[in-house]
Amino acid sequence: MSYIFLQNYWWFLIALLGGLLVFLMFVQGANLHLGNRTLSDLQKRMILNATGRKWELTFTTLVTFGGAFFASFPLFYSTSFGGAYWVWVLILITFVFQAVSYEFQHKKENLIGSQAFRVFLMINGILAPLLIGTAVGTFFTGSDFTVNKVAITDPAAPVISTWGNGWHGLEALVNYHALLLGCSLMFLTAVLGALYILRTIDDSKIQEEMRRTVKMTLAPFLLFFLAWLVMLLLRTGYAVDEAGVITLEKFKYLHNFLQMPAVLVMFLVGVVLVLRGFILGAFTKSRHGIWPAGIGTVLVVMAVFFIAGYNSTAYYPSATDLQSSLTIRNSSSSPFTLQVMFWVSFLIPFVVAYIAYAWRQMDRKKITPDEIADTKHKY
Amino acid sequence: MTAAYHWLFVPLTLGLALVMAIMETIYVVKKDEFWKKTAQFWVKLFAINFAVGIATGIILEFEFGTNWSNYSWFVGDMFGAPLAIEGILAFFMEATFFAVMFFGWDKVSRRFHLASTWLTGIGASISAYWILVANGWMQNPVGTTFNPDTVRSEMASAQAFWEVISNPVAVSKFFHAITSGWVTGGVFVVGVSCWYLLKKRQRKFAKASILIGSLVGIVGSFAVMLSGDSSGVHAAEFQPMKLAAAEGLQDGGKRAAFTIVPGIKIPGMLSILSTHDIDGFVPGINDILNGYTDNDGNVVPSVAEKMQRGRAALDALAQYRALKDSDPAAAAEARAVLDENVQYMGYGHLEKPEDVIPPVGVVFWAFRFMIGLGMLMLLELIVVGWLAWKDKLADKKWLLIAALCCIPLVYICGQAGWVVAEVGRQPWTIQGLLPVNVAISSLSAGAVKTTFFVFLAIFTLFLVIEIRILIGAIKKGPETPNE
Repeated sequence: MSYIFLQNYWWFLIALLGGLLVFLMFVQGANLHLGNRTLSDLQKRMILNATGRKWELTFTTLVTFGGAFFASFPLFYSTSFGGAYWVWVLILITFVFQAVSYEFQHKKENLIGSQAFRVFLMINGILAPLLIGTAVGTFFTGSDFTVNKVAITDPAAPVISTWGNGWHGLEALVNYHALLLGCSLMFLTAVLGALYILRTIDDSKIQEEMRRTVKMTLAPFLLFFLAWLVMLLLRTGYAVDEAGVITLEKFKYLHNFLQMPAVLVMFLVGVVLVLRGFILGAFTKSRHGIWPAGIGTVLVVMAVFFIAGYNSTAYYPSATDLQSSLTIRNSSSSPFTLQVMFWVSFLIPFVVAYIAYAWRQMDRKKITPDEIADTKHKY
Repeated sequence: MTAAYHWLFVPLTLGLALVMAIMETIYVVKKDEFWKKTAQFWVKLFAINFAVGIATGIILEFEFGTNWSNYSWFVGDMFGAPLAIEGILAFFMEATFFAVMFFGWDKVSRRFHLASTWLTGIGASISAYWILVANGWMQNPVGTTFNPDTVRSEMASAQAFWEVISNPVAVSKFFHAITSGWVTGGVFVVGVSCWYLLKKRQRKFAKASILIGSLVGIVGSFAVMLSGDSSGVHAAEFQPMKLAAAEGLQDGGKRAAFTIVPGIKIPGMLSILSTHDIDGFVPGINDILNGYTDNDGNVVPSVAEKMQRGRAALDALAQYRALKDSDPAAAAEARAVLDENVQYMGYGHLEKPEDVIPPVGVVFWAFRFMIGLGMLMLLELIVVGWLAWKDKLADKKWLLIAALCCIPLVYICGQAGWVVAEVGRQPWTIQGLLPVNVAISSLSAGAVKTTFFVFLAIFTLFLVIEIRILIGAIKKGPETPNE
């Protein structure tokens, strides 16, 4: 196996994990609906228990996504996490609160009241997709950092990757192209959440509310997403040549779509599936919108990662120092490590299989008001 | 700090997982509802603790990137693989089967539920193994070579990978951590059960729990001692400074004495413990500073010399990178100098030889607390377990109170162990290769302090809430009949 193949393979897996992560963020999206004022407390509790059975999987996927990035492209890990510091720390804080909010929420000894934990879940529901989406948005706009490997020999300033400004990543929130992607992702996860609730909870009022939400979110989602897409296709991108030299190329991302027709098809199929899921949820009686929308989400996100990294493109460009930009080639682990992990990655289907089995066993019964009222094993 | 907090929650997870898996197994074998209710009670406490363990764990993972940027590049090639394997193999196992265990009592078959309980615990243990592979490598960086073209340590062959994952330091750390988790779980279960006896509630439940808890704890204690012994030997071999600090040993020698507390020593004991030979040479702090000859006859250079060679390595690295395209011959020369001195590269970042000495007082006393409390725990478990077996425990009020008091003590014991391992290896993040002050991200001190205190506040809040909820759940008690 060649080094190049392994690097591409791992970029593929990162893209796949990213896609799955965004899909699984239906948990975050569903928790947003805890703020729906027309729902009763019992109904909110049903939503809480619906996401309560899945949140660990989203969380674990996030951790694995981080771990896989660390393992396969450590220079990204050290540059982006150490540099765009505040963005990542904020994302983590919202997830930390989420992790305890289920278990603590309905315990009377929780000090700060159930409502507080419900608010934590909603903050996570807004900020996690918004910030993660914006962070991925900078894959196309570039960031303010430099990479200098010789720095480690200088005792006075030994850090290899340095960030150019004191905002440490928060500046991306005023980078409107990146922010458009963040907002699109927020609307998307809100809809995925609604579709998931539709499928899992037997309660006519909740069903009606969720269908209404999907209907209302369709327009803003399309608006933000299309605006982001058009700007992407028109913007100048970061190309890398055989020798690893980075140059600016006009319409780089449009070229990437055209030069990789398979990715273009994947992207379009994904978009169609997402829309089909929206329509099933908003305008029909079907409860299965989550499946096309979920699969579509995975395909679209993967295509976005492919556009960012394949076809001689720098996936984490530095707007400050062009040659510091990270590419799949210059930021990866050694051939041997990638190879070890190549073999390890064959365990993934096995993992997916047992998760699917466990879910089937658990989800045979839908969540009903009676169940939430009766069972002791709930959040 | 995050790691220390994480380590507050993890041992109970590891220990309780085993206790409840055993109880549920008894339930499935005997089909006695009593055991199901007993197991369910401990699962409830497990779940409360598990959530906080997860919350602190995720921060830990990403902190490598956010606060230890240089470190994560330098070790990414070696560290990433275990972490990714941990994610794929262990985290999903824990997360999936935890959900089944918690929600699935009435939804899945008895056997599938039992399997889930075991798999949750096994998942947690596998996860501990892989993370300790990474930690073990930091204490004893085997199997990797420094690559000047990429400026990091890399693994190059299957043999190297095997060396990394079978690193003796990692293996003994793993057993030490897992089995100390069993002790924590055992002491916790026994302590809580004794509280019920004090309150004259739930006697049957309490006795059953004490028997299983003390058994798990006793087995754990002996295993902790065995693995602790080999940890000591490894420290002597790979991190002599840590051992010297833990012993407060200024000047070493053959037949080195083991200090129980200052002033009370057992002659020759330290040599036996750390080299398994009474005539083994144990270097003290001054020996390490000034250089010495080890038990295999190798001359270990003084720290000053190591620093000199480390600087030579760093200079050669800079030179190599500057010349490699323009003047290959000179670059090759620089590379040769680098290769010769690379094992001391980290020393090149030190300012003075004394920088290699960790805070001796802290490590010395932490070590004594760890061992002393560990012994006390074992004694407590044996006595309480035996009396419970003989049905003579319920009226020994002082002993019940003592068992309850052991719960905080076992945590102090575990934290002391963490201090020995992690403070004792200062100033290194990676032994000999990367000192702490070079491993960092380029962030202002203010930013780091802010995050530190934010997380400190958050985790402390969680800890307080967790303890309150645990106490609430314990007061409410299990659903077993009150007899």
